[in-house]
Amino acid sequence: MIIYGVAILAFCYITGQLAGEFLGKALGIDANVGGVGFAMLLLILINDWFAKKGGPDKLTENGIQFWSQMYIPIVVAMSAVQNVKVAVSSGLIAILAGILPVLLCLTMIPVLAKLTKKAPQHGDYSPVS
Amino acid sequence: MEIIVRFLDKNGLIVAFLCVGIITYASAVLSDRLTNRKIPGSAIAILMGLVLAYIGGRVTGGEKGIADIKALSGFGIMGGSMFRDFSIVSTAMGASFVVMRKTGWVGALSLFLGIVLSFIGGVLVALLWGYTDAISLTTIGAGACTYIVGPVTGAAIGASSDVMALSIAAGVVKAVFVTIATPFLARFIGLDNPHTAMIFGGLMGTTSGVSAGLAATDPKLVPYGALTATFYTGLGCLSCPSVLYLLMRMLFGNG
Repeated sequence: MIIYGVAILAFCYITGQLAGEFLGKALGIDANVGGVGFAMLLLILINDWFAKKGGPDKLTENGIQFWSQMYIPIVVAMSAVQNVKVAVSSGLIAILAGILPVLLCLTMIPVLAKLTKKAPQHGDYSPVS
Repeated sequence: MEIIVRFLDKNGLIVAFLCVGIITYASAVLSDRLTNRKIPGSAIAILMGLVLAYIGGRVTGGEKGIADIKALSGFGIMGGSMFRDFSIVSTAMGASFVVMRKTGWVGALSLFLGIVLSFIGGVLVALLWGYTDAISLTTIGAGACTYIVGPVTGAAIGASSDVMALSIAAGVVKAVFVTIATPFLARFIGLDNPHTAMIFGGLMGTTSGVSAGLAATDPKLVPYGALTATFYTGLGCLSCPSVLYLLMRMLFGNG
C-alpha cells in the first residue's frame, strides 16, 4: 500500500525532527540540531532492515519514491518564496558578507576532499531521479 | 476576478502544483532548445523560481516572494520548510550508508570549518564597512553562516535591529548565491561524488542553498549534502553567540 510508504517516511520525519528539537533544547539553543539528518539515517536503517527481510513491496516503496521525485519541484517552489528582493537591494555590504564566506569555503573543498582521498569515490547508491 | 483570486487562494497548494509543473516543463523546453541541455532543466527552473520571488517582492513589498501575491499563496506551503524537509528525508532512500559512514568525520570537520570560515568572512566585510563593536561584528558574522543563525545570535547578544536586518540579508544573499553558483562551480571543485557533496554541505551550511544548488547540479548528490548541512544551523546557533562572541570580545573589547 502506498500509504504504508508515506507513513514510514512520516514516522522517520517526526522521530528525527523531534530528536533534533530535543537536542537543540538540551544544548540550550532555540534551533533544531540535525533533525533532518537523524530522520534520513533512520530511513536508511529501516530501509536496510526491510531489504534484509526481502524488501518492502513495490507500492510501499513507491510511497517514498514519490516524495523523492517531488524534491526538485518543491525546491523550485522554495526558491520562489525566498526574499530575493532583500538579497538584491540590501546594498553592497550584505552582498559581500553573503558571497565572500562562500568563496572562502569553496577554496577548502578540494583540500578536505584530498584529505580523504582513500575513501571510495562512489558508493552503491541508486539514483533518485 | 475577486471570485477567481479567492478560489485560487483557497486551493493554494494545488495551484502551486500546477504552476510548478508548468515552470518545470517550460524549463525543460528551454534547456533543450536554447542550451542543448548544457544547463540542466532543473537549474533553469530554480532560477525562474528566484526571478518569480524577486517579482513578487517588488510587486507586493512583502518578504515571502511570489507567495505574497494572494492567488499564488500556495507556493508558501509547497516551498515551506515542512514539505522541503519531508522530501529531503525521502531522498535518503537512494543514499549509501557506507559512504556516509566513511565520510562522517570529514563531514564533521567541514561543519566546524564552514562555520568558522563563514563567520570570519562576514566579520572581515563588517570591519571593512567600519563596524568595530563586538556585538555588531558577531551578528554580521553569524548572518554570513545562515539567515537563521544571524538573527538568533543577534537576539541573544543584544544587537541593534538594523544590524540584525543586515545579518538576515547577508544570509539570504548567501543562500541565493550558493543556489546559482553551485552548478557552475561544481566542475572546478570536483563536486561530482557523494564524498565531496558531504563536505560541500558541511562547508556551505545553508540548507536551502545547498539543496537547490545540488539539485541543479546532480540530484543524486542531494541526500549527502543535505545530511551534513542539516547540522550547520544548529551548530552555528550554538557557537556564534558563545565561543565566537567571546572571541570577538577579547579581540575588540566591548566598545
